[in-house]
Amino acid sequence: MKRALIIDDEPLARDIIREYLKGNEDIQIIDECADGFEGVKAIQQLKPDLIFLDIQMPKINGFEMLELIDTPLQIIFTTAFDEHAIRAFDKNAVDYLLKPFSKARFYQALEKLNQNVPAPVKELTEEASASLERQDRIVVKEGSRIRVIPVARIRYMEAADDYVKIVTDEGAFLKNRTMAFYEKALNAFRFVRTHRSYIVNTHLITRIEPYEKEMHLVILSTGERLPVSKSGYARLRAELGI
Amino acid sequence: MNSLFSEKKLLIYFEAWWLLVMLMQFWILRQSGFDNFHSLADSVISALVLGLLSFLFSDTMKYYVPRKEKYGYVLGAALLICLAWLGLVWVGFYILFPEGDPYFDFLKKSFGIRLGAGFLLLSSQIMFSLLLYSDKDQKEMEERKAEADRLNKEAELFKLRQQLQPHFLFNSLNSISSLIISNPDRARVMLQQLSDFLRGTVRRNEEILVPLEEELAYLELYLEIEKVRFGHRLQTRLDCAEELKHYTLPPLLLQPVVENAIKFGLYDTTGEVLITLKVLHTEKGLVIRVTNPYDPETVAPSKGTGFGLASIRRRLFLLYSRNDLVSTREADSLFVTEILIPS
Repeated sequence: MKRALIIDDEPLARDIIREYLKGNEDIQIIDECADGFEGVKAIQQLKPDLIFLDIQMPKINGFEMLELIDTPLQIIFTTAFDEHAIRAFDKNAVDYLLKPFSKARFYQALEKLNQNVPAPVKELTEEASASLERQDRIVVKEGSRIRVIPVARIRYMEAADDYVKIVTDEGAFLKNRTMAFYEKALNAFRFVRTHRSYIVNTHLITRIEPYEKEMHLVILSTGERLPVSKSGYARLRAELGI
Repeated sequence: MNSLFSEKKLLIYFEAWWLLVMLMQFWILRQSGFDNFHSLADSVISALVLGLLSFLFSDTMKYYVPRKEKYGYVLGAALLICLAWLGLVWVGFYILFPEGDPYFDFLKKSFGIRLGAGFLLLSSQIMFSLLLYSDKDQKEMEERKAEADRLNKEAELFKLRQQLQPHFLFNSLNSISSLIISNPDRARVMLQQLSDFLRGTVRRNEEILVPLEEELAYLELYLEIEKVRFGHRLQTRLDCAEELKHYTLPPLLLQPVVENAIKFGLYDTTGEVLITLKVLHTEKGLVIRVTNPYDPETVAPSKGTGFGLASIRRRLFLLYSRNDLVSTREADSLFVTEILIPS
């Protein structure tokens, strides 16, 4: 018997999964959630084996929610139109159901449950969220609180072992992602990788000063002084057009 | 083409011009002491032949307008024509006058001045036609371009109106699928509403302006569907005075604005969401004000405008050639979108 959670913001979309599962002995629905915040909380408390997950939801989308989950679990995506994004999960998610889906198709997905092992979801989300529309915010967890940080509020990012430290106006947060991922993802927002360990919001740069040999320093309007490597300086000049 | 230069008038100007040339030559010859007969014969033959040649030359340019870099060849051709003209005049005199007439001497002596004057007359005539026809050519090209632009614009407008959110369609179908099991009667109602909504999208595409009343009814249909999807979370309030309902506006404009507000409101907050729409009439035109709640914490202020407004802005630009008809502002956790329909 698997314990399942339905996470979808539309009540009727949740109902149909309940309806389809009526009389099924293998899966028990333990709760329903109407958004990603509730989803994170319910997953932490109830530790389900399986989630039915919608992508487009209030506040944080399905992928962003998965970024905040530590426990491995099985995922069946249910979505209207994000097929291309879910394809990134093809091997790791159990299946994806395109709404509206038939009962036969639903049970086909359930059959795959036994062949699939619960996936460590964290690594999967990078690729998926990169293929979703332009990401203009970052979701972080601060204790039990979830924060959604608009990209414009980020001052800079710093490499910290396996994590990336995101420094914002409201403090610093750690996120389990790579510098390379953010270098690419934030390029459209005029963030530049100035150094192996730093990505800087160019909107905040007030000055660039020479420093030691071949090195420079950027000074942000918020006061930080950050190192710029030789290749970082070239990227910075290209971005700022100087 | 402008009426000053219509074909018929042009011919009259042309004839008058050569008549004037003829009279001037006659007068000069008379002043120089030649008799009436010789003066008249010379001026009539010269002006008639050169006028005819110039007419033929200009007329060909109606069909073939040389490019700017070919103007040198045109002048060269004009010089050749002038030489041919003098030859023809000579032949004319041979037919009219007996051999040994002293006038032939004068013809020989005045060869240089005749060539110069003829060339000037002919080339100015050609230049005039050249300007006229290349101007005409350009006007035609501009007209073609304007026509192509108009077609492009229409196609783009059609596409913009046609834009249907796949999320909306498939999620609505999913809701219907769910209701079929739990509440078949409501499923039937919703299916009907969805059909009417889609039919409205297709049918109203052809119309340029529709009454506000119709647009509001169409909007209500859309809101009914969305309310089934989102349940109690979505609340709406439409506010439009009765006397404003006969005003007209481009079709399929309100719904995308409201759709944007719903998306923005519903996906940026978690509680209940109130979307309001108010229609006002000002001296500038009809103002439609849509509000939705948002979370100032998560939306960057600079970027806070909804995602779907770009296409509405584009449509209004294509229709009214104005870029300032869509405006947005934030006030107390409310996002306000205003659309101005110029009267």
